[in-house]
Amino acid sequence: MKKNRIFCVLLIAAALLAAGCGQNNAGEAETIIVYNWGDYIDQSVLRDFEQEFGIRVIYEEFDTNESMYAKLKAGGTAYDVAFPSDYMIKRLIDEGGLEKINFKNIPNYSLIGDRFKNLPYDPQNEYSVPYFWGTVGILYNKTMVDEPVDSWGILWKEKYAKEIFMLDSQRDAIGLTLKWLGYSLNSKSDAELAMAQAKLVEQMPLVQAYVGDEVKDKMIAGEGALAVVWSGDALNMMLENEDLDFALPQEGTNIWVDAMVIPSTSEHKEAAEKFINFMCRTEVAARNCEYINYSTPHTEVLSGLPEEITADNRFYPGEDDLSNSEVFDDLAAMLPLYDRIWTEVKAEYQ
Amino acid sequence: MKKKLISGPYLAWMLIFSILPLFLVVWYALTAESEGERVFTLAHLSRVFEPIYLRVIWRSLRLALISTAFCFLLGYPVALILTSRHFKRHTILVVLVVLPMWMNFLARTYAWLTLLEKNGLINHILAFLHLPAMNILYTDAAVILGMVYNFLPFMILPIYSTLYKIDHSLIEAAEDLGATPLTTFRRVIFPQSLAGVLSGVIMVFMPAVTTFVISRLLGGGQYTLIGNMIEQQFLTTYDWGFGSALSLFLMALLLITGSVLMRSRGEEGGLW
Amino acid sequence: MVRSWGSRVYLALIFLFLYAPIAVLMVFSFNSARSRGVWGGFTLDWYAQLFQDRQIMSALYYTLLCALLAAVLATALGTVAAIGLSGMRGLPRLLASNLAYLPMINPDIVMGLSLMLLFISLKIPLGFVSMLLAHITFCLPFVIFSVLPKLKQTQTELYDAALDLGATPLYAYAKVIIPQIRPGIVTGFLLAFTMSIDDFVVSFFATGNGVTNVAITIYSMARRGMNPKINALLTIMFAGVILLLFIANRRLASDTKSKQSTLFTK
Repeated sequence: MKKNRIFCVLLIAAALLAAGCGQNNAGEAETIIVYNWGDYIDQSVLRDFEQEFGIRVIYEEFDTNESMYAKLKAGGTAYDVAFPSDYMIKRLIDEGGLEKINFKNIPNYSLIGDRFKNLPYDPQNEYSVPYFWGTVGILYNKTMVDEPVDSWGILWKEKYAKEIFMLDSQRDAIGLTLKWLGYSLNSKSDAELAMAQAKLVEQMPLVQAYVGDEVKDKMIAGEGALAVVWSGDALNMMLENEDLDFALPQEGTNIWVDAMVIPSTSEHKEAAEKFINFMCRTEVAARNCEYINYSTPHTEVLSGLPEEITADNRFYPGEDDLSNSEVFDDLAAMLPLYDRIWTEVKAEYQ
Repeated sequence: MKKKLISGPYLAWMLIFSILPLFLVVWYALTAESEGERVFTLAHLSRVFEPIYLRVIWRSLRLALISTAFCFLLGYPVALILTSRHFKRHTILVVLVVLPMWMNFLARTYAWLTLLEKNGLINHILAFLHLPAMNILYTDAAVILGMVYNFLPFMILPIYSTLYKIDHSLIEAAEDLGATPLTTFRRVIFPQSLAGVLSGVIMVFMPAVTTFVISRLLGGGQYTLIGNMIEQQFLTTYDWGFGSALSLFLMALLLITGSVLMRSRGEEGGLW
Repeated sequence: MVRSWGSRVYLALIFLFLYAPIAVLMVFSFNSARSRGVWGGFTLDWYAQLFQDRQIMSALYYTLLCALLAAVLATALGTVAAIGLSGMRGLPRLLASNLAYLPMINPDIVMGLSLMLLFISLKIPLGFVSMLLAHITFCLPFVIFSVLPKLKQTQTELYDAALDLGATPLYAYAKVIIPQIRPGIVTGFLLAFTMSIDDFVVSFFATGNGVTNVAITIYSMARRGMNPKINALLTIMFAGVILLLFIANRRLASDTKSKQSTLFTK
């Protein structure tokens, strides 16, 4: 009787595994591991890549630059392509964490707009290929906010208590606070940072929650009045719920670029380059752009987008619109202080 | 004879995968990187005792205690009812208590969001009944609710199994001698179920102190318990030293509470 | 009568509390609107799409493979260990069996991160193998503590008799002892299997390189909006568990004692 039971369990398990194998076993095919932000790709693109090149893609997601860095840095991993943002790319380059890309293998790089080349984080264009770019701003629900949204200060207004969603990301949360206080979001001054920390602690009781990507469901469902979000997500949510609108505060904001890089632990560099080149193909980049709605650095995709989006300076800001906005710098030696501020702000929660 | 030798593989396994990792935690907690080498330091450990972090630890303990108390208050009557003679088919009821645990706990915890949100199901029902809405999501109440929800069966089962073993003739004897139901409970039933209560307390309190998932899902990203702090040090801020120091502290804390509780339960063997 | 009525209401409320989230989860697997909390009509689409979703399918594959392997290996290792432990006496035995408590009292999160530190220091790549090693480690005690009590009850006279009759120790073990402790082994195996399938915290730390299990997938989805496909998967898995329990219950209707022992311990 007992024997039968074990047998039964084993049989079912074996059957399920066999079914699983059908899905997973692509024979001896080469495999690359791609490490991207959550919900940041049209997944069907991966299958097309596998079919065309016979290279299997294992796909994993992260939620902040910092968690991606912690994972890469910890070791024990062999990611072939990752998608960090500017300041994190700088940090990885400085620490020898990235492999130089052979741009001969990325002919589609020529389709990337010149504005996104030779940026300070990778001045010689040796390590990274831009994927998407954007800003950080405030998404608000017009039925709950009836004043103009033009300053980060609105996130500290008592009347929106428990209606505010903050971004659960260290650099963004500290950065926007510094910006509101009139400082650089790359501040290295102890006094300025202490003030920002105090402001964040002061804001804590007004915040409904610090969230990551779950802000999308929340704001679409009308669970809050104000949320700090990345520009592409804002456009996505506005398409889902007409009550939502997006603003870039006048104090300026963070302008960022997420780019594809090859970590030095990669064991399949050529396949990784094929993947990066594939992602820059106009048709593929367009599908990704349509799916996630972030601002594209790809010239051909950009020219195919509807006028009402590309002319909107919240989603495609020109150089003038961003005069007081900044790119995050790698903080290098200051980083432990930022880490500590972040840990302490969260520990302060009552 | 040779019999004792065959536990060799197990001992080797435990040394490598249980003892050695703990030594690594101790090592990281007591060293810091300095010019490419790790040198001895007490900085991480002393940071644990800064007031701001002690507050977090205190909050974790407080919430775990409250949750354990709620589990006990809600769970004891359930165990009592399950063993009462009114229910002939109590095995099925016991299965019903255990069954939810076979669905992934993260998903069940997440489902509470749908219930608790401002525009969630519970508020819809309250509005339908013309009752005021309640907004407890991302507060202590939500996190406690999540803990009680997840750990309640851990309280019910051990109490149930001790109550189940109580000799019924004792209860009948008490009743025959004129004891009221309350006295019977107080003098006969409850003292005999204490061992089960203690197991239940251990099994609820331990996971409640260390959780980082329930607090993250129902408390929001700002809701910091000691588990969240540890997770953050390893998976976000990449500060293994401080993370390890917090882990050491947590282990010491649990070891002390655990052994105190175990001792008061007597020499009855393991946790289960 | 009144008391019985009150108890029934109380039990009903507790079960409502325990099952409301499960009901919500299941109902929304049939919801045609993607968003949580909005009912858009009945659909079975998520069940169809589930099998097309490579992330979920690969997570399911790793979960089942890991649970099966971890349960088999932990059962083998744990049974042998229990036999060895039962042959030990005095201090060595005390130390060796207390060692098995370590993974049980060590908080999940500490176990997970300490194993992560170990794998990284030993240069074991984070992924399926590291996750499997971690799972075997936390499954082992459950097997040992299921088998040990049964070993205590075995009749060693039979074993000695077998030896006297010329059986080799190994043969005598296989034919005399193992059948007597089989219920303990089965319980241990099932416990290990369920522990592994449900594990989140340890796996979360011990894996990497794109290898995830269902629990990790749920956690990362929970932070960016749960996909109803996951609800569909969980509904199927839950229905499967109920079916298995039902079958097991009918088969073991006579043997209530061992049934209870497997139900309790999880």
